[in-house]
Amino acid sequence: MIHDFGIVWSERSLLLSGLGNTTILSVLSAAAALLIGFVLAPALMSKQRWLAGTVRGFVDGMRCVPFLLFAYIVYYGLPSFGIRLDNWTSGLAALTIYNAAYMAEILRGAWMAQPREPIEAGVAFGFSNVALFRRIVLPPLLLAAGPVIGNQMIQIIKDTAFLTIIALPELTHAASSIQARHYVPFAAFITAVLLYWGLCLVIEAGVSSIDRLAAARR
Amino acid sequence: MAEGERVLDVAGVSKRFGTLQVLSDVSFQVAKGETVCVLGPSGSGKSTLLRCINWLERPDAGQIYLNGTEIGANGAGVVMTDRELSRIRTRIGMVFQHFALWPHLTVLQNLMEGPVQAQKRPKAEVRDEALALLAKVGLSDKRDVFPARLSGGQKQRVGIARALAMRPDLLLFDEPTSALDPELVGEVLVVMRDLAREGMTMVVVTHEMGFARDAATRILFLDRGRVVETAAPEQFFSSPETERARQFIQRYAGQTASRAR
Repeated sequence: MIHDFGIVWSERSLLLSGLGNTTILSVLSAAAALLIGFVLAPALMSKQRWLAGTVRGFVDGMRCVPFLLFAYIVYYGLPSFGIRLDNWTSGLAALTIYNAAYMAEILRGAWMAQPREPIEAGVAFGFSNVALFRRIVLPPLLLAAGPVIGNQMIQIIKDTAFLTIIALPELTHAASSIQARHYVPFAAFITAVLLYWGLCLVIEAGVSSIDRLAAARR
Repeated sequence: MAEGERVLDVAGVSKRFGTLQVLSDVSFQVAKGETVCVLGPSGSGKSTLLRCINWLERPDAGQIYLNGTEIGANGAGVVMTDRELSRIRTRIGMVFQHFALWPHLTVLQNLMEGPVQAQKRPKAEVRDEALALLAKVGLSDKRDVFPARLSGGQKQRVGIARALAMRPDLLLFDEPTSALDPELVGEVLVVMRDLAREGMTMVVVTHEMGFARDAATRILFLDRGRVVETAAPEQFFSSPETERARQFIQRYAGQTASRAR
């Protein structure tokens, strides 16, 4: 067994590059999903029925599709419509679009729970729309939604593992390659699990620092 | 109408929510340095009137002028852009019933946020003024505390200091003591009395008859969305002209007595 882990150690550069790619995929798609969420959340709350309804349909629909299937559709399905994306673009697009639905719903919930009066005070004090959003609406919203957004980021990290099926060289893909090459499944996969765990711990640390900021303001 | 420069002119303002006529043809003026208390039963449209002044509610009809400039519309009745409306709002301070402090900012940051972000004034100057205002409302020691750690009375004093930090031409108070425990009302009224004495121009929606009686220069009595009576406080409280006002004063007489200091 020790010997197996020695083999994994000898392939550490492959694992590390997988870990790097998993991190890049997670960070980029989480950031993009959050940004899109910020566009979709107000649409969900819109008084325009058609707009709220359309976005609600997308959000609810997306949340009921298994991510693996969605990734298949983007990579293998879209070429039938003449849209051919490479595996990186497909992977990032799938992760982003899929998680934007969750982010929109998370932000909508936190937004609705915010007290109306401090925002109204900003309007009364003559804040421009941009300053109002950036200075008055956004900070309490992020403090309130931070822990749930953190949870979703952990979900995103785990979802990146599915992208091994479209041959993205991420962490799970690296672990698979090592086990296929040397037949050390337990050592290879456990090492990958520990590395995923490490990534999630980083997120957890971020969440708890947001929590400390929020607690001081409650 | 008192002598002097006219700060606020409300001319024929009406407002309807669905089928409910909240304000009907309300007109009044406020001169520089006046404290006008708006009194009236619950649901008489007092808060809506206040919120129409800075267009938090858009009036259905009528005009509102601040120092001669129409708010909300450009002379010809064309509705202002958001930017124009924001600019004119920076000259009107507002104090809210539920304080409406910004929870993510410290007390000092709450005072500085409006002047720096909305008025684009230099930070150092704003900071000095904000510290002086905190001293004025007796909260210098709370400058780095978040609003959640303050009592209701302290929150509202921060609310008043925050509005003053904007150097407003006009200060609006929307039932500033209604959400406070009775024993905390006094500390807020002290600050408001000082402001009235110093000549701040204020419109105060309140149920504090004691404050209205001795701090107001004029009483505006609203009932069912109409101005029923407007008079000097001594005249309003001793010999109201209308039966509605008489009933109203009687109903509040007991509470005023119990709050007498």
